[in-house]
Amino acid sequence: MTALSGTIPVFASLEGAPIALKAWILGMLENMGMPEPFLMLVSIQLSILGFFSVFLLLFVLASWFERKILARIQNRRGPNRVGPAGLLQPIADGIKMLTKEDIVPVAADKVLHACAPVLIILPAFLAMAILPYGKNMTPVELEVGILLFFAVSTATELAVFMAGWASLNKFSMLGAMRAVAQILSYELPLILAATSVVMITGSLSLTAMVEAQGGYLLGILPNWHVFTPWGFAAFAMFFISALAESNRTPFDLPEGESELVAGHMTEYSGFKYALFFISEYLGLYVVCGFAVALFLGGWQAPLPFLTFIPSWIWFFAKILCLVFVAMWIRGTFPRVRVDHLMNFAWKFVIPLGVMVLVSAAVWHLAGRGPLGWILSLPPLLIPYWLMARAYGRNYDAGGRVYRFAE
Amino acid sequence: MNPPSETGSPSPNPAESPRYRTAGYDSDAQLLEVSLGPQHPSTHGVFRMNVALDGEDVVKLKPVFGYLHRNHEQIAEQVSYLGSMPYTDRLDYFCSLSNNWAYAAAVEKLAGIDVPERAEYIRVITSELTRLVNHTSFLGFMLSDMGAWGTVLMYAFREREKILDLFESLTGSRMMGNYMRFGGCRCDLPPGWLEQARKVVDGYPAFLDEMESLIATNEIVISRTQRIGRLPADKAVNGSMTGPCLRASGVNYDIRKVDRYGIYDRFEFRVPLGDHGDCYDRLMIRFLEMRETLKILRPALRDIPEGPVMDPKARQRNLRPPEGEAYARVEAPKGELGFYLISDASDKPYRYRVRPPSLINLTLLEDLCLGEKIADVMVILGTIDIVLGEVDR
Repeated sequence: MTALSGTIPVFASLEGAPIALKAWILGMLENMGMPEPFLMLVSIQLSILGFFSVFLLLFVLASWFERKILARIQNRRGPNRVGPAGLLQPIADGIKMLTKEDIVPVAADKVLHACAPVLIILPAFLAMAILPYGKNMTPVELEVGILLFFAVSTATELAVFMAGWASLNKFSMLGAMRAVAQILSYELPLILAATSVVMITGSLSLTAMVEAQGGYLLGILPNWHVFTPWGFAAFAMFFISALAESNRTPFDLPEGESELVAGHMTEYSGFKYALFFISEYLGLYVVCGFAVALFLGGWQAPLPFLTFIPSWIWFFAKILCLVFVAMWIRGTFPRVRVDHLMNFAWKFVIPLGVMVLVSAAVWHLAGRGPLGWILSLPPLLIPYWLMARAYGRNYDAGGRVYRFAE
Repeated sequence: MNPPSETGSPSPNPAESPRYRTAGYDSDAQLLEVSLGPQHPSTHGVFRMNVALDGEDVVKLKPVFGYLHRNHEQIAEQVSYLGSMPYTDRLDYFCSLSNNWAYAAAVEKLAGIDVPERAEYIRVITSELTRLVNHTSFLGFMLSDMGAWGTVLMYAFREREKILDLFESLTGSRMMGNYMRFGGCRCDLPPGWLEQARKVVDGYPAFLDEMESLIATNEIVISRTQRIGRLPADKAVNGSMTGPCLRASGVNYDIRKVDRYGIYDRFEFRVPLGDHGDCYDRLMIRFLEMRETLKILRPALRDIPEGPVMDPKARQRNLRPPEGEAYARVEAPKGELGFYLISDASDKPYRYRVRPPSLINLTLLEDLCLGEKIADVMVILGTIDIVLGEVDR
């Protein structure tokens, strides 16, 4: 807390507000004579309830936000009928989803078909437990947080494949096969990008990673990983792979609507479909949350005189910025093809990921200063330039010249 | 898991078809037969493709159409000559005015009717505007097929609306013009129409520049279209492909230049030709064609003379052309649109036949798609640019 927070007491009290609220409820229950073991349970439940409700609210907002943003990108107005500026549109959608008939194909494997949507939403919630939302606000403090994230996020592909297989629909099956191939190949660059951070901070705990990014260079520049050569490359890799992991445009091949109708979700309707939809957004929030924690300084304020704003507000603001970028990309780019996606992962991103590790090591050995800047750039830029050239050689990237007949 | 084969091929296993074997695939491979359509997000209507897939590769593709068959040609033989004019709007519903022109030209040829000069100018202006409408929405639909979530489509529709407004004030309808008549046009231009049209035409280059900068150098678009669905010139000619798709393969064949019908010989314009014949060329040829179309529209809107829009001697109702036959064709936005009529001197055509560019271009679909990925099928189908109203009639 700087001197400023003293002058604005609202912010100072907001900083610990979520924790204070929990302590107040627990204290009230203790006064009412609730036994100790129950208090433990209630404490856990309160944390779970907290981030469940926050994220579900964020999901509701995101679906409105996304439609509005896409509409602005596309010269439209977007939802503006239900509630002020269409804000209640997600609620109307929710009612629609809940009242729709739940159709299960006759030939489908009914148990798996029902399990898949439930299973797909679990990993996102599990991964949420270890995110550092603010100062002293990590629901589950794990020494190996980042490992849990990778273990859990891989589990989504199981649910996706389950959905595709159980639907007994060819579009679902093709979509599920694509999804598994895609998630498997983008898991690697995701891990490589995160490994560079682990190398630099020397810890697998997300809280330690965020704390390592505290402080300001020259008193003004935030000491975030993204502002280092290796960190920037790793962040770009992480974000691209995160888009692929959460099936966002331009990597939305598994549900590539122009060829596969809706991929693994083709045979789902009603609330089961809504669960897929929710899990997609929650997944996006989670990977963006990890990107923020790893590279964008987590809950640290971007400028030293802004530290009076509570840390958790910074965390969510940064997540929303990244989510906005993902929506922006969705409104702008066409979809890549499945083999291009694989080529890109295995022949471009993963080799570059290895070079990021080299660069991070050089950065560390050169003393993390100006010398590090000079020495850690070549191992990144030279392979990048070489690979980009080899990649572009297959295409007439500069456009073509056309003949004209009179 | 596989439902019974619905391709109607004599051998149930598509791996045994000769085409499949020549494609160099192992006939032991397990194939997945997928029926894309008739209700599918990107088949542009009720069109169906039976595709056999080896993984993601297309080894066999059979287009199935006829879901939108409306018996257009038979109906036209049961009604008067004028009676089928509104039906021609519904062939290619993006380009109703060039359809009108092709049919009117066929009847005029059959009955020997002249067209006044002002009407000729109006015909050129409207059908070139139609070309802008068609190619603009083509870009939008194609990028949506590629997964661009409608952004390009919305940009394209913003521009298309301006031209549709022009059509509305001229013909009374935004899409179904029903405007041309034998020996001219139904009514004269409304006051101020030319001004408005000039404004639209003058604003178009800026839009085209914007679209081209968005699309032509986008890495994903390039990787999705270049070297995909290549059509060699000889194959295109043998398949009697016409229109922008043929010219993208490098064949210089534009009926506006070949026949010089109407008053097209008065305008300076060039025919853009592609060298590769792939999806990227088919995409870019449309851009270049729109720029050339603007070169026709500007002088046409400037030079249009005053005068009648209808030949006073021409009859619309109870038209009984002398016995004989006539074939008239125009360069519709999608290719050669021709109408073939036989008259037995009665008030109805004895035989009425449409040569639809969409249908004939579509017959080459399998040749274009073999060996490509399933995702490319949609892009290739998009670049052929079909309208099911015209394919099925």
